[in-house]
Amino acid sequence: MDDIALKTPQRIIIATDAVNLYYGNFQALRNITLDIKECAVTAIIGPSGCGKSTLLRIFNRMNDLIPSVRVEGSVLLNGTSIYGNDVDVVELRKKVGMVFQKPNPFPMNIYDNIAIGPRHHGIKREAELAVIVERCLREVTLWDEVKDNLKKSALELSAGSQQLLCIARALAVEPEVILMDESCSALDPESTLKIEELMRDLVRKYTIVIVTHNMEQAARVSDMAAFLMMEQDKAGVLVEYAPTDLIFSNPKDKRTEDYISGRFG
Amino acid sequence: MEIRSMYHKKLREIQDDVLVIGGMASEAILRSIEALKNRDLDLAEQIVKDDKKINDLRFGIEEKCIQLIVTQQPIANELRIIIAVLNIITEVERIGDYAQGIAKITIMIGDEPPLKPLIDIPRMADQAVDMLHRSLDAFINQDAEAARKICCEDDIVDNLYDQIYLELLAIMMKNPQIVSKATRLIWVAHDLERSADRVTNICERVIFVITGKMEEI
Repeated sequence: MDDIALKTPQRIIIATDAVNLYYGNFQALRNITLDIKECAVTAIIGPSGCGKSTLLRIFNRMNDLIPSVRVEGSVLLNGTSIYGNDVDVVELRKKVGMVFQKPNPFPMNIYDNIAIGPRHHGIKREAELAVIVERCLREVTLWDEVKDNLKKSALELSAGSQQLLCIARALAVEPEVILMDESCSALDPESTLKIEELMRDLVRKYTIVIVTHNMEQAARVSDMAAFLMMEQDKAGVLVEYAPTDLIFSNPKDKRTEDYISGRFG
Repeated sequence: MEIRSMYHKKLREIQDDVLVIGGMASEAILRSIEALKNRDLDLAEQIVKDDKKINDLRFGIEEKCIQLIVTQQPIANELRIIIAVLNIITEVERIGDYAQGIAKITIMIGDEPPLKPLIDIPRMADQAVDMLHRSLDAFINQDAEAARKICCEDDIVDNLYDQIYLELLAIMMKNPQIVSKATRLIWVAHDLERSADRVTNICERVIFVITGKMEEI
């Protein structure tokens, strides 16, 4: 959407092939084959319960935290499987960061919220950490607001600023991909537009995958859109995946058209 | 942080595109009259070919407008700008077609000696093109007053047309053998008169963008 280079990014950063996901005996996702393009915003849309968040959580193995989850098929990050036995999940989540629906800063000061990730990954020198904190806060346009109050509790910030801080926290460990699960749904319209603007800015450096219920947001912010819906047994399938302007102006599948035009879902 | 900067950038781009297509159409009109005056058939052929560029750009702009409507939910003044662009490019594209029509007439006339020196026809073309330029400036600057003023100038072009029509009618009455030649020049004058009418339609759209009201002027 921004320019041609961003609209048709060439390299595939995440590739899923015939992915099935089960919670115990219940199949939540069926046969998902999807290539996520580098330095693009990809939006996953679809009705509630169709497996959008589950799909997003496959990309950094957040589903591992749920007992009885089983994943079949392959998920490659930069050509390497992320579901291999030897994969270091902490290292994976460093590369594939996540921002959640509700802002969830740690109950500590602003500075430490950003520094905690790099510290955990071995950066101990304060001078180096201070540079990272400033860079990340600048990247999310929060620096000017908080630079004189870095030792203030992050919980004192407004919800919108807290969410920006959470994005900055994700950036601090230099991820390649940022997953955003309904990251604007708890925010006011102005903060939402601010975060959307930020996504367009960040996508020059990072790959962003979002889950959203907000069709307008998906249309505004994403380059590619994936429409998921449930089949009769409630398993989520990928109905259509295409450049966002095509999905919203001329979807190929009638079910996509029905959903985005509000006929069901 | 500017919010929705990409959207606003695209909106500006579309308006710049309108100026570009307007420039192409006005150049086509001026060149078509030059070809007619100089009986320059090569130039006329070129104008006929170049019309495709105007048509293609028009579709390109239309596509961009659709994309913005679909993805950015424009409202209020910004929605009116996009709707106006869709209308304006149709008018401009038609002006390009008139230039193509004049070029085809030049080709039809070929190297026949001129019926009369061309004075009022180039004046009509200059006036119409000047009105077109200023109407697009009024669009970009959102200047309703300028748009209303330009509409009034349509009378100048209409009067020139009437003058040419009567003059050619008199020539034809005196010498019926040149009826087909004279009729061709009437077509040219008519194409120019219609071009100026299209400009008044553009001005109506400019006023719509600013006031939100559809006015027939």
